[in-house]
Parts: sequence; C-alpha cells; structure tokens
Amino acid sequence: MAITPMDVLHVARLARLELGADEAEGMARELDAILVYVNKLDELDTKDVEPTLQVSADRMPFRPDVVVPSLDKREVLAQAPRADDAGFLVPGFVDET
Amino acid sequence: MSIADLNTLEIAARVGQGDLSASAVISHFLAATAEHADLNATTFVAVAEAQERAEDLDRARAAGARLGRLAGVPIVVKDAICTRGLPTTSGSKMLSRLVDGKPEGWRPPYDATVIERLLAEGAVILAKANMDEFAMGSSNENSAYGPVKNPRDKTRIPGGSSGGSAAAVAAGMAPAALGSDTGGSIRQPASLCGVVGVKPTFGRVSRYGLVAYASSLDQIGPLTRDVRSSARLLEVLAGFDGKDSTSSAAPVGRYEAACEQPTRGLRVGLPREYFGEGLDPDVRGVLDELIAAWKVAGAEFVPVCLPHTDYGIATYYVLATAEASTNLSRFDGVRFGLRVEARGADLDALYAASRGAGFGPEVKRRILLGTYVLSAGYYDAYYGKAQRVRTLICEDFERVFAQVDVLLTPTSPTAAFRLGERNQDPLSMYMADVYTLPASLAGIPGVSVPCGDVVVDGSKLPVGVQLLAPRLGEEALFRAAAAVESIVSRS
Repeated sequence: MAITPMDVLHVARLARLELGADEAEGMARELDAILVYVNKLDELDTKDVEPTLQVSADRMPFRPDVVVPSLDKREVLAQAPRADDAGFLVPGFVDET
Repeated sequence: MSIADLNTLEIAARVGQGDLSASAVISHFLAATAEHADLNATTFVAVAEAQERAEDLDRARAAGARLGRLAGVPIVVKDAICTRGLPTTSGSKMLSRLVDGKPEGWRPPYDATVIERLLAEGAVILAKANMDEFAMGSSNENSAYGPVKNPRDKTRIPGGSSGGSAAAVAAGMAPAALGSDTGGSIRQPASLCGVVGVKPTFGRVSRYGLVAYASSLDQIGPLTRDVRSSARLLEVLAGFDGKDSTSSAAPVGRYEAACEQPTRGLRVGLPREYFGEGLDPDVRGVLDELIAAWKVAGAEFVPVCLPHTDYGIATYYVLATAEASTNLSRFDGVRFGLRVEARGADLDALYAASRGAGFGPEVKRRILLGTYVLSAGYYDAYYGKAQRVRTLICEDFERVFAQVDVLLTPTSPTAAFRLGERNQDPLSMYMADVYTLPASLAGIPGVSVPCGDVVVDGSKLPVGVQLLAPRLGEEALFRAAAAVESIVSRS
C-alpha cells in the first residue's frame, strides 16, 4: 500500500496544514518509506497484549478545586497576533443572517 | 582556580559564602557566550536580565539573605521551556510574529515550574538554547534559526533535539543547562558533545510550561559537565506540581548523596541487543574498556536480554507523531505567534495558511504521519498496535530490573556525524535514537555520561555511555553514573 500525494493532501486537510503540490509529492515518498518500516510491528503477535496508554509513576489524582489567580488578561492578549480589549480576533465563522 | 573551571556545586558554594560575586560569575559566562557565538547554540542571550539578577543576588547576600542551592549559577534553558518575558520559540518560526516588520519571539507571560524552582534556589537564566524545531530531530539541523555546531568539531552536529543546551555546556558557555527528552533529546546530544545529561523518570519533573511535543514521553532534565552537578539540579527540579497532573508525588530522592555510595555490589546488566549490528566498533571499544575497568572496581556484570528493542523506533514514531499531531494543533495563528491571513475570511483557511507558513519540513512530516496513524481506518493498525508493542517493551525492562540495579548501553551508535550527512533521509536520522527510545517508551530514567573519545577522520570525538534504572530509580542511576565518572577520570 503506497501513500499517494492525494492521501497526503487529504491528511493535510484534516490537520489544517497548507501544503504545496510539490511538497505533497516529497512527503508521500517519505511517509511511505516510514510506514513501510513501521510495518515491522506486524511481526509481533499482540492479540493478548493490553495497550499502554501512559507510563506515569503514580495514578493521576484530581487536584483540589481551589480558585487561584490566573494570568493577566491584558498581558496574554498583548502576545496575540490580533486582539482587542475583549479577546482574540478571528475571522467570522457564525452565519448570523 | 578560574571561574571557567568551576562546576555548578563550586559556583553555588562560593557565591553562597560570599567568596565570589554572582556578578563576576555572570560577567565571565556572558563573555564566554559571546566568544562562542559561532556555534549558534543560543537563540537569545539575556544580557541585561542576567546582569540585573546577579546584582540583585549580590545585594541580597550583602543584606544577609541565604541565596539557595544554586546561588549565582548561570543556566542555559532550552527554548521549549517558558521563561517569563524572555523569547520562547521552540526553535520554530511558528512562535515568532512580525513586530514593525521584524520577527519577534513569543514572550510567555509566565515561567515554567522548573524555572520557578531554579530561581527560588538562586540560579540565573543566562540564555535560551537553540534546538530542533518543537524538539523534533536528532541533529539540531531542524531549527528555524539554523543548525548548532559541535564544539569539538564545527563541521559536525551536536545531536538533538537539545543540541544548543549540550553545546553550550561543552563549550563552557554555562556550567549547566536544561533540556527536554522525548526519545533521547537530552542523552544523545550529551553523548555527542561530551557532557552529562539526565532524562528523569516520566513524571519526576513537572512539564508545566514546556512546549508539548509528545505528552506521554516528554521529560525535562539537566545537562552539566559532571555528575554531581546534575544530581544537585535534579533535586531542585524534581517533585510534585499541581499544575502537571502527570507529575509524581513520590518523595524526591537524595541524588547527591547517592553519588557517594560505593560501586561494590552494584549489579549492572548488559543487554545483548544494544551491542549488535549497527554499533560503531570504535564506540564499542570505548565501552568495553569501561566495562573491564568497572569490573575491577567491584561492579558485577550480568548479560541480559531486552528482546523487543528492535521495535522501539517503529513504536516511537507512531506514538510520538500521533501525540504531536494533537499537541501542535494549538498553533493556529490565533493566540500567539505567526498568523497568515492572506486568503479571505475563512477560519479554516487562517489555520491552514498560518501552520503551512510557520512549521518547518520535519514538523509537517510528523504532523502528517501522526494525523495519518490516527485517522479512520488506520487507528487500530498503527496507533493501537504501537500501544500494545509499548507494553512489550515496558515488560522487557521490568523483567531485567528484577535481576540488576542498572543497565549499561551505548547512548548513540556512532560519534557525532557531519552536518548535512543524514538530513536528506528521515529514516536514517531516526536510527540515531535506537538506544535511547526504548527507555523513553518505558518511562524509566536514563543518563549519558562521557566515557572516552574516538578518532573519526582526524577529529577526536566524545563517546557517552547510557545508564538506565527502573522507574523512580534515580538514586541507583546517580550511584552508577558517579562510579563511571570516577573510573573515566582515572584512566
């Protein structure tokens, strides 16, 4: 199963990542080589093996729900590429008509 | 003794006692940093901030304050770690925006927990270290700010992704640095630059304020010239943090004290799979000499097997890229960094254009691979499969640690390779991490300790030995690392 540039462009769309047509071609070749290598995992029989989701040293407890000061709103917004006093600015995405 | 020769412990002792001013220490290391600018090891040098901090420390001491366990120690911090008010770019254009036509790094409005802990003990943030973009790389050639050069041979790579941190310590720009290790990113550059680098147990050190790459693997750790300095730093860095739910509440060990424990009786496993095909014969020769000398010093060596070692790379590149593809979705042109709004008023187009322009080729490759292995129809075949193989790799380690205290392996199959030698072929680059990835997948701690040199094309290049211990076994790790250091210094 070879990865095609069309597959790459489909995945790129899922990842919200703009790619040029020439970029997609190179990526298809490289991803294909990596996935061919990754297929060596199929040499192992894992049907009775549980998946490992995390390797934390402890169980993860909930922390107490205590109100603490958060970051200063103006300081955070000052780092945004576009913002006003109320928040981050994005193109409109709700059709209000 | 000149300031250049002092390690972290010696600087902290002298500044703490008032035998040496923090300002004198910082002046020396700022000058050294400027002198080695050609290595490209830093993305930002905090000249004014570090001087001001040193003056504050000197004034506090004069007024009778105790400065802490890292009094006046200058630290170079990997640029993936948030430093309040200082640029933090993670080696990417994505975290820079244009201000009056000039690129300006994102300045976080908060410090990472590790930075708070260093500052509370009197340390000084000297500079931010160059790195592979978003910590993705093994050679530091993936930085948007250009490659770092190996101080031993400037035509060679320093390793990655914490290449700037390792090069800075090796060149004497600072006595200590912070790096992060997801699949070997502290240990491998430490090995290739000839310094000590520690990857703690997963969860031992808080990641709050670390730009996330693969959250089930990422750990922050120290790089220093000697083992005891790393032990001191880890004692400061480690411990539970309410801001990182994966951080461990287990008590922090006495790592400095562990360095003084005798080597006699230590059981050291030699995993067969780490000494086979692919290991450079000269690197192997350096390790064989170390093993022979350590045997004489009283360590007991036990041959062991970790049969799933060969599956580490494939497992890692599925799991890490899957996690990266979700973690990096936060870079969308809205809250920080780069924004490209060339086309129309569509929100999705804003995301795609900003990400397409901001990410470099390796980051795009890993996001695409990660999105692919998580996508409908492939999830079980790749992601689910890799999670199961991860279990087998964890079980390998659990079995051998019933027999031995630590494992000894090479850190890297070769010494530092040349700039440009492998960066055209992603798979050959991924092979550089073959000996560090399994420990990352199992979440166990590891250290690389310099143990000799090899000569490659007339260049004398450092070789590191990797020591691994069971989960939360950092004391055994430091006991073994200090023993190796003492043997190497005598030979």
